[in-house]
Amino acid sequence: MASDRGGRFRLWAVAVWMAVWQLGSMALDQPLLLPSPLTVARCLAALAGTGAFWSAVGGSAVRILGGFLLACVVGIACGALAARYRRFGELLSPLLASIKAVPVMSFIILAYLWLPDKSLLPLLIAFLMVFPVICGNVLTGVRETDPQLLEMARVFRVPLSRRLTGIYLPQVLPYFRTAASLGLGLCWKSGVAAEVISLTAGSLGERLYQSKIYFEVPELFAWTVTIVAVSVGFEKLFLRLLDAFAERMGG
Amino acid sequence: MELRVSHLCKAYDGEPVLEDVSFTAGPGVTCVMGPSGEGKTTLLRIILGLEKPDSGSVEELDGVRLSAVFQEDRLLPGRTAPENLRFVLGAAYDEAATKSLLQELGLEDTENKPVREFSGGMRRRTALARALIAPFDLLVLDEPFTGLDMDSRRRCVEAIRARTAGKTVLLVTHDESDGGAFAARTVRLKK
Repeated sequence: MASDRGGRFRLWAVAVWMAVWQLGSMALDQPLLLPSPLTVARCLAALAGTGAFWSAVGGSAVRILGGFLLACVVGIACGALAARYRRFGELLSPLLASIKAVPVMSFIILAYLWLPDKSLLPLLIAFLMVFPVICGNVLTGVRETDPQLLEMARVFRVPLSRRLTGIYLPQVLPYFRTAASLGLGLCWKSGVAAEVISLTAGSLGERLYQSKIYFEVPELFAWTVTIVAVSVGFEKLFLRLLDAFAERMGG
Repeated sequence: MELRVSHLCKAYDGEPVLEDVSFTAGPGVTCVMGPSGEGKTTLLRIILGLEKPDSGSVEELDGVRLSAVFQEDRLLPGRTAPENLRFVLGAAYDEAATKSLLQELGLEDTENKPVREFSGGMRRRTALARALIAPFDLLVLDEPFTGLDMDSRRRCVEAIRARTAGKTVLLVTHDESDGGAFAARTVRLKK
């Protein structure tokens, strides 16, 4: 909850919205529909004391972040190839546009029908949501690389490996950072939705679904808070590591 | 090495920039002079292999080691001055030689600062340091003293003199006194 001017949260603003939630819950006086923040916090604390909670968090993290990391690897490779080979970029363009335009629920339902192993669904959906963002931003980053620096490297006969680390990487990293930040939010939202549909065993999505079936609204809120916290936590950790790497590379 | 430029012509959108330019440059400094817009930079870009002429030729430069100070500094902005030199040298990077050259050019005590925080004059001197430390047979200098005060300019002239003995240097400038500083031969470009 660091407070700065970069669009992050101010503690006082969070406190105001928590108070609004508390007052709304008191006014409605129907804990089954809108439990108070305190009830949700108590429920969350109780859940966090169980092994099943951490197993669900770990299982979902492995699947969803697996899809995210796979999208990073494939997205970087495809973005770089599209920048280097115009035809490849042209070939990729309609695919990226289609993936972006198709509703995530269509992908989830189709993949559910097609995939023999349903536990792979969250990974695949996370991959599909993140891949076009990473690929598009890496492509833009490479295309925006300063041609004067590339000419300089050519005159001094700097080998490709050093050009990659000295010129391309510092240029592409800010674009990749923006895409990763966006992608980490997207992959958790879509990945958990896929878990809900496929009822992946021992996942956050499955627990969310069960809370709905048994009308355990405080638990539903507690699982939602957990998903948001895990998503934000991973995003912050990943971006911090990326920033440290960028500083080392002189970006 | 001897650089032989023969009957070079280059036009952009039908507008001629270079018309039948021929000259020879051997070891020592050859000064290419002419007012702005007379194709000096285009000539250097052709010599450096960054552009192709419409007609004419530059003697085969395969195997010739090139080094250059471009019209723009073309430094890696997030890296320090020694890191910029290391970028072109790779495994051949010599810390002591780098430190000594940067000191000669008045860039001591800047080793931990990225060049994006340098003044224009400091960046120009870093670009010159990079060109001088790289191994070369032909050194191309495009207005290398732009934005330098008298003291920095003197330091740069001395560093060029000390490190280019027996090498072929092409110095592009619009300032008559630049050529005088090196007792250079002069090639004048005019339409």
